[in-house]
Amino acid sequence: MSGYEARFKVWRGDAHGGGLEDFRVEVNEGEVVLDIIHRLQATQAPDLAVRWNCKAGKCGSCSAEINGRPRLMCMTRMSVFTREETVTVTPLRAFPVVRDLVTDVGFNYRKAREVPAFVPPAGVGPGEYRMMQEDVDRSQEFRKCIECFLCQDTCHVVRDHEENKAAFAGPRFLMRIAELDMHPLDAAAESGVDRKRTAQDEHGLGYCNITKCCTEVCPEGIKITDNALIPLKERAVDRKYDPLVWLGSKIRRRSSAG
Amino acid sequence: MATGTEPPTTERHPRAGGVRAAGRAAIAAPHLRTDRWWLAPAATAAGLLAFVVYSTWRAFAGADYYAAPYVSPFYSPCLAENCEPMKGGPNWEIFGSWWGISPAIIILVFPLGFRLTCYYYRKAYYRGFWASPPACAVAEPHKKYTGETRFPLILQNIHRYFFYAAIPVAGILTYDTVLAFRDERYDWGHMGLGTLVFVVNIVLIWAYTLSCHSCRHIVGGKLKHFSRHPVRYRMWQFAGKLNARHMLLAWTSLASVALADLYVYLVASGVFEDPRFF
Repeated sequence: MSGYEARFKVWRGDAHGGGLEDFRVEVNEGEVVLDIIHRLQATQAPDLAVRWNCKAGKCGSCSAEINGRPRLMCMTRMSVFTREETVTVTPLRAFPVVRDLVTDVGFNYRKAREVPAFVPPAGVGPGEYRMMQEDVDRSQEFRKCIECFLCQDTCHVVRDHEENKAAFAGPRFLMRIAELDMHPLDAAAESGVDRKRTAQDEHGLGYCNITKCCTEVCPEGIKITDNALIPLKERAVDRKYDPLVWLGSKIRRRSSAG
Repeated sequence: MATGTEPPTTERHPRAGGVRAAGRAAIAAPHLRTDRWWLAPAATAAGLLAFVVYSTWRAFAGADYYAAPYVSPFYSPCLAENCEPMKGGPNWEIFGSWWGISPAIIILVFPLGFRLTCYYYRKAYYRGFWASPPACAVAEPHKKYTGETRFPLILQNIHRYFFYAAIPVAGILTYDTVLAFRDERYDWGHMGLGTLVFVVNIVLIWAYTLSCHSCRHIVGGKLKHFSRHPVRYRMWQFAGKLNARHMLLAWTSLASVALADLYVYLVASGVFEDPRFF
């Protein structure tokens, strides 16, 4: 593929207002959208604000919406678009905009702080943790998260309903709760923190209607809905809505299975 | 960074909620997707609607559901006195003679509840019928959203009980499939095209049932230490492999159960005779 001149629309502005600005910009073989944004900075819009870092799909910084779809700019090849197509790049639309393509993702950091951290097991010191691989496989899938917040951006619970931000942690942090609840050494239950119950009561798991957009946009390919959110919903059912499980736990006098 | 470059034609806040909320990037369009995002929810809604129309007609018809040795899966087990007699078949008159309407209604509550509360079908109808959301990053039309936190949608949490009920129902359909290895005079060791239809249907019904997210949780997903429960770990892995195809199995089993019923209807109503293999 030889170079060509592409048509771009890039959102420019800040919290007070803004709009889509038209550009025509050179594109060369093998380039990604972030390359084109950098070329715009270098040649036509030196004050264009964009957050980026690794350019390898691992830092989660360059999240944006490309033709209306939440994507990492560094992982979106220009070859997926036709030469005639106008490529529209906007900031994430679920979060307050700072300037141009940069948004304030502080919501996510607030939600992260609300999730109780890993509770070390009693009598096991740092460096003494021993776990079987099959016991940590599930949690390790969730540890692939690069915190790009594309799942938080696309989730309609907060994207379309600002008022739900107070009650709903979002898929990334519900997945964090699932990761800890499935962790073989997490001793939260012994310390009085019931992650299953609080996922529903305090982090808004019930708002999730499992429409899988978080899974669709995840650049790490984590099966957020099937492997984290739905299992967490089932665990919450164990605690709150299943009288048989409740009865079983009373008879056997144990709070959680194996 | 002050460079003197002013933003282009601007839109001002505030405009409305959601993606147009104050503070977010001022973009009037509810979405900027350029692909055919509407195709999937439209096709889903059309498919589900077609099944609802067909199954409602067949469930209330109360006729042409038995053509020896085949019984329609919509009418099995048949639990009222007004059922057609089926030799060795699944008709047990538990509901007696007072049940006046189609006997299918008694049993269909369970598979209906199983599919209605299924995690895949929830996604399908929330997107297809309720546009919540219609597609990813496409603004939904509702002003308020509480998800599954309140009545009636909080009842989705009873999905596992419908899963429990789905197992005996699938067991009875398996029994029907075994009975399909008879001929129209009830002699064993025969097979017709209908037998093949029933075998395909029951394989898909079991695969769909065992791929259920609640099943995956119950057989092993609820455990914290797989290493202490190797058998349940294997079962969880098996359920997980099926679960990855839950959507595919949901659709194929929905189609196969409708086709099995249609086959019985066509044979029972005399449209054609069941081609016998042996």
